[in-house]
Amino acid sequence: MSDTTQSGPVLAADGTPLKRSLARALRMQKVRALMLIAPLLLFVLLTFILPIADMLFRSVENRIVSDTLSETVVRLEDWDALSGETPDEAVYESLYYDLFVAAEAKEHTKLGTRLNYEQTGISSLFRGSGRKVDDIGEDHVKAIERASDGALKDEALWFEIMTGGSNAEGNTALLDAQRLKMEQLTSESFAADIGFVPGAEISELFPRMAVAYTDFALFTAVADEDVVAEEDPWETVFVAFAHSVQADGGAEALASYSGPGAAELQAAAAAIADLEPIAFKTAFLEIDEDWGDLGNWRTMQTYSPTYTSGYFLNSIDMQKGPEGAEPRPENQQIYMTLFVRTMIMSLMITGSCILLGYPVAWILANLPTRSANMLMILVLLPFWTSLLVRTSAWKVMLQQQGVINDVLVWLGLVGDDARLVMINNQFGTIVAMTHILLPFMILPMYSVMQTINPTYLRAAKSLGATNWTAFWRVYFPQSVPGIGAGSILVFILAIGYYITPEIVGGTKGVFISNRIAYHISSSLNWGLAAALGSILLAVVLLLYWAYDKIVGIDNVKLG
Amino acid sequence: MALTPVQNQTPAFTAAVAACAGGFFGLFVGTAQGSGLLGLVIGAVLLGAMGFAFTHMLDQQKPIRWATTAIFGVLGFLFGGLPAAVLGLLFGWFAGWFTFWLATSSYRKRLPPYLTPGQVLWHFSFRVICGAIFVFLITPILVVMPLSFNAENFFTFTPEMLRFDPEGYSLRHYRDFFTNDDWQQALWNSLSIAPMATLLSVSFGTLAAIGLSQPHVPFRRAIMAVLISPMIVPLIISAAGMYFFYSRIGLQGTYFGVVLAHAALGIPFVIITVTATLVGFDRSLTRAAANMGAGPITTFFRIQMPLILPGVISGGLFAFITSFDEVVVVLFVGSAGQKTLPWQMFTGLREQISPTILAVATILVGISICLLTTVEFLRRRSERLRGMSPS
Repeated sequence: MSDTTQSGPVLAADGTPLKRSLARALRMQKVRALMLIAPLLLFVLLTFILPIADMLFRSVENRIVSDTLSETVVRLEDWDALSGETPDEAVYESLYYDLFVAAEAKEHTKLGTRLNYEQTGISSLFRGSGRKVDDIGEDHVKAIERASDGALKDEALWFEIMTGGSNAEGNTALLDAQRLKMEQLTSESFAADIGFVPGAEISELFPRMAVAYTDFALFTAVADEDVVAEEDPWETVFVAFAHSVQADGGAEALASYSGPGAAELQAAAAAIADLEPIAFKTAFLEIDEDWGDLGNWRTMQTYSPTYTSGYFLNSIDMQKGPEGAEPRPENQQIYMTLFVRTMIMSLMITGSCILLGYPVAWILANLPTRSANMLMILVLLPFWTSLLVRTSAWKVMLQQQGVINDVLVWLGLVGDDARLVMINNQFGTIVAMTHILLPFMILPMYSVMQTINPTYLRAAKSLGATNWTAFWRVYFPQSVPGIGAGSILVFILAIGYYITPEIVGGTKGVFISNRIAYHISSSLNWGLAAALGSILLAVVLLLYWAYDKIVGIDNVKLG
Repeated sequence: MALTPVQNQTPAFTAAVAACAGGFFGLFVGTAQGSGLLGLVIGAVLLGAMGFAFTHMLDQQKPIRWATTAIFGVLGFLFGGLPAAVLGLLFGWFAGWFTFWLATSSYRKRLPPYLTPGQVLWHFSFRVICGAIFVFLITPILVVMPLSFNAENFFTFTPEMLRFDPEGYSLRHYRDFFTNDDWQQALWNSLSIAPMATLLSVSFGTLAAIGLSQPHVPFRRAIMAVLISPMIVPLIISAAGMYFFYSRIGLQGTYFGVVLAHAALGIPFVIITVTATLVGFDRSLTRAAANMGAGPITTFFRIQMPLILPGVISGGLFAFITSFDEVVVVLFVGSAGQKTLPWQMFTGLREQISPTILAVATILVGISICLLTTVEFLRRRSERLRGMSPS
């Protein structure tokens, strides 16, 4: 019987209901714990997780084609890749202007390198055409410059034509659009004031010319840091003028123009009247006949979107064809072989670690503490020794003039002329990595075996089990968690190893990580490196998750 | 302490087993000299005779063993000079010990009396297998040491070294390490990067470990997974990601960038060791301190910190060695100005320039022995502090 004098909720000392008071205390505790963790979590997110996320992003990012050839890419969308015909004149026209600007900004070689990963030969095509692109329409340019006694050689006159005079209405929309384009092309800021705004009248009558001059003005003022009015305009401005005057309605447009330099422009139009209109397609084919190659255009069309699965397809030996994904030619397939080899060799390393680690862990767990501690030093010393020391030791041991071969020759087991090749192949990698990763197998096994009660084994034997049965039916099942923990740890570490295979692996014993490193530092195909890395990361994270489920990451022990 | 009462073995048994061992070793010596079969026969006969004879002279064990060692040593010297003499001494000692070990049945003493002969044989075979694995573990590290005193520019033992000729040994590679600018710069870089990285990871890591060991932490598992991930994610992927990202924000190729990267890699080790120390921490101590009027900061520095200090220090040592040994990330994130010792070794190994690498390796092994001793000492101290029995 309880004597309750009050009804309602139980109250804490300060009068608030106990439940709320407890909840508040608990919340305080949680917040305090999180506050302590927050700095580190932020640090790891910034210095580690964000870089990894950036790598994942890079494996699908493909802005370079649409950034460099912004107009061509739009025009190329309508081209039917399966038609068997090269794109029409309009695409080549856009290509001329895009390529000219890209060549001025020296971005065309980067694009060439990027597309060369997908189609061999594009790199030299872009590099060569970038040099020669300013020759297109050469006759027209010269004719315009000669017209009315070289009046159009004057930079100041051009500046006046394009601005439309000092008080004319400006077309800031065009300027902003071109600013954005140049920023995307060069990845630099073009926000500075350039002292130039294209005139509204001229940009309406000759839009192409206004665009070309605006590009020139932006590049001159920002990248070269010169004054726009004091520099010769690019050839594109002349070509754009010539092309639009000779096109349908060009003459009428020129006739209606009354702004600055109208007379000079009329004279220029008259000077080029006898010349053939500029044909961009023919001109490009003259520079390099590969511009008529369908494969090149197909590649450009396929890789024009901002995001691509191309790198991932590449890393599983596929490529994007005109009808979706297709396998690469037989002689270009290397990555699947490498992935499979990495897997198989990691499995072999894990296997040999189990084989060598199990007896050692057993004897460490079953010897008296004193001798076990002494032997433990032999396991921990390699664990604490620098990775490079151990790798160099294996190089010393395994090479053809190395310690093992010397001993074998001295014993007469192999002839001096028939020394074993144990390095720069898979054998070298497996032996060296087994040695390096063995402590990671022994330590978890040892900590599990320490907890197995030896009386179970004796009980089994006293019940009539043979040695083998007692081990296999009683001891081994209890040691399986240790094997599992060690195996996953060793496998995770082995699959991403770089240093040891690089030094003792030669060409046949390298892993996928070595290929990733190669693409980052030598071939500079960062997208492919990122895609290969993402696949490897996915495998490792899967195993990490399994490890967490089986062992729990809190239970990782060191030494 | 003898588990099993033993009797001396019969001469025949001792002779037979000793002859087997002799045959085994004789085979190797024989093949080395040109005829395996002859070596086998001579070895078997020699040790068999020894086994037979020694069983009759059990009361004079000591002098006979000394004599055997000496005789084999002299024989070795006559055959092949100093190196063979050393091998002869070792083999003579082994032969003497092995024969008497068999003859007096000492091998049986420490085993349970109920074991069958087969089980006894398995017991010792198993030990031999384990011994071989330990040899596998430790030999590569031991081999490096004598080679670092090589007088020649080779990665192999020269004939002079094998003859124990003082001419064959020198300290030139050590001299090279201490005078060569490249190596000194690399050492200096390593020594300036590792402590900074350690400081960062220990200070952040300890705080977080204390937070993680509070009783109510939301998303504990997920947070733990994120914090441990730098240890699990393959180094090449971390290196690639950091290379891309740090070059975007201008940290690539700077001292600060390498320090940040190494600090991130060292954090899991700090977290693991410090949380392990905190598992046994008695919370009533901090409550008692608070009860007596100490603020949270005083409590932390006067009560909690001294108790978990061993764990923090060994976590720090782990973080230090991680940074000090690390090569993949610094290879990508660093530039020539941040060339560390492992990086220099890596380049040296790829181009195989000089055995100075082996001198450095020996020095590093020395350092790791020191660190290992310190960590082991700290672990025991920590367990004693927390009232656990040292194991």
